[in-house]
Amino acid sequence: MVVLMSILEVKNLKKYYRNVVAVEDVSFRVEQGSCFGLLGPNGAGKTTTMEIVENIIAPTDGSIFYHGNPRDETFRQQVGIQFQHTSLLNFLTVKETLRCYRQLYKNPEKIDWLIERCNLEPILKQSNNQLSGGQRQRLMLALALVNRPELIFLDEPSTGLDPQSRRYLWDIVDEIKADGKTVIMTTHSMEEAQYLCDTIAIMDGGKIIAEGSPAELIAAHCHTNTITLPKKSVEKVLTDLGLDYQANDSSVFIQTANVDGVLSQLIDAGIELSEMSVQSPNLEDVFLRLTGKQLRD
Amino acid sequence: MASLQRIWVIFRARNKEFFRDRAAFGWNFAFPFLIIIGFGIIFSGENMQGYKIGLFPQPGASVVFEGTTIPVHFQNDPAVDFIPVANLEEGLQKLTQHKIDLLIDGLSSEQRYWVNDASPKGGIVEQLYQAALVPEDSHVAQRNSIDGTRARYIDWFFPGIMAMNMMFSALWGVGYVVVRYRKNGALKRLKATPLTAFEFLTAQMLSRIFLLMFTFSVVWFGSDLIFDFRMQGSLLLFLFTFFLGGLSLCSIGLFLAARGTSEEFTSGALNFISWPMMFLSEVWFSLEGAPHWVQQLSWLFPLTHLLKAARKVMNEGAALIDIQLECGLMVLTTMLFLAVAARIFSWVE
Repeated sequence: MVVLMSILEVKNLKKYYRNVVAVEDVSFRVEQGSCFGLLGPNGAGKTTTMEIVENIIAPTDGSIFYHGNPRDETFRQQVGIQFQHTSLLNFLTVKETLRCYRQLYKNPEKIDWLIERCNLEPILKQSNNQLSGGQRQRLMLALALVNRPELIFLDEPSTGLDPQSRRYLWDIVDEIKADGKTVIMTTHSMEEAQYLCDTIAIMDGGKIIAEGSPAELIAAHCHTNTITLPKKSVEKVLTDLGLDYQANDSSVFIQTANVDGVLSQLIDAGIELSEMSVQSPNLEDVFLRLTGKQLRD
Repeated sequence: MASLQRIWVIFRARNKEFFRDRAAFGWNFAFPFLIIIGFGIIFSGENMQGYKIGLFPQPGASVVFEGTTIPVHFQNDPAVDFIPVANLEEGLQKLTQHKIDLLIDGLSSEQRYWVNDASPKGGIVEQLYQAALVPEDSHVAQRNSIDGTRARYIDWFFPGIMAMNMMFSALWGVGYVVVRYRKNGALKRLKATPLTAFEFLTAQMLSRIFLLMFTFSVVWFGSDLIFDFRMQGSLLLFLFTFFLGGLSLCSIGLFLAARGTSEEFTSGALNFISWPMMFLSEVWFSLEGAPHWVQQLSWLFPLTHLLKAARKVMNEGAALIDIQLECGLMVLTTMLFLAVAARIFSWVE
């Protein structure tokens, strides 16, 4: 029997700003060596929760345990953080920045390892204020790894990155996980969460409204597949068959848990299926179902 | 326990940041030379302006004393400058607008003159004129000169200018940098490291004092070449007083920026402290004769102690033991404000 050790445990976390409730009674556990994702719409309380756990801001109430104990002064030596919004000292080169941050820790990572892992060699002599978005994120990730952390926080690490940079970042996070390190991340990308996270907590209104692995969340909250057909002249047939559907200008969408049954009905009705597609539910469907489709600030 | 290595790392990083910011560095390097040039012009002697006396009728562009009733010794008084005025109307207008301090009718046998009662200099120059009208041989007082080397005004005044420049550079130099770091998130990134507030603030203070002493030395030695300052005491001790003064002023800047989240607020707070300090620390004028409470208030400001110590060394040849009180107060101010700033310091907005 495999016993999973909890590296971090958060209990009944609360954060109030005057009359605004940012985080309300949030609790979760993160297993050692796993990737834990916090998902939620804008203003859900993800970043606030992360920054409280990172010890950047103080909670109004609640407890946080690291390896079963309250966090102490050694916590900063043992965790790495990549913030969503932050800045570095201007006019320092990438290499100087790495050296500067390394020297702040007792047990820093080798600089050559950081350069290689985060592909910083081509930009080592560039100034911090001359980096592109992708280069900057790679440097920020290197800084999060500079102290050989066993727990790494990544706050929306791929925001603003092009697909190549995003894939590269995912590869690095995969390698970090392979090294046995623990990752806690927030993201707006459902694809990223589904790819990287072992466990996901979905937040809304400062609370966790669902938690589990991506597969568990999908199974628990989205039972239906989506069959897509060209619109053409199928609408009347579908109505005659008594199937519920939605349509736009070019296609119709049938939501069903019984794909085989619907397909049999369509074949029997003589509908051409060569342009048909069947889409399984994904994390985005779960997310939208749980948090709604209305626009957030 | 503070880590010297972490202080050193941030000290070096801040210095690199400063010296590579060409605009900031260029200005900070050029500014001292501009000060030297400016003071060179101001104190060259030719442009020193005394009391301005309008003399009419004077049709030309320069004053002609021939035919006037102005006593000869008053014509040559270095404390006054005669300004040619065409007629009474023009003269009264200049007097009303404080362009001149006194107006004299040069042809009047009754020695007619006009003075603006609202002009603080008017009363003094009036007395100068009245004294000049008394015949030179009717001595009413005995004149004596002091012996030995006299402190020139510039030897008293220049430390004040240097201290004032140091005060603004210290307060704004550290205050604005810390607020900028806080606003752009650089402080937040540093908070994620083991760096403590005390270490960060100490590094900022040391970095700024390094820059201040560099600038101070350039200006001082450059100006000394021009003005040949009379240094009665030890130059090293003189520099040391400015080093301590700079530290105490930086610590006040750090204290004011410890929690500020906007440049506007910080600027207001820095102005609030710097302007009273500038006027009550004897930068421009001595507080001898000022109300007792004003003199007591001035003791709250480290600039006062910096200037007292620096002038004692420069003008009186004081040794370290003679300025130990001022030095002690500056050290105390530094420790107090640095400790409070570290205690209340906020890394995030």
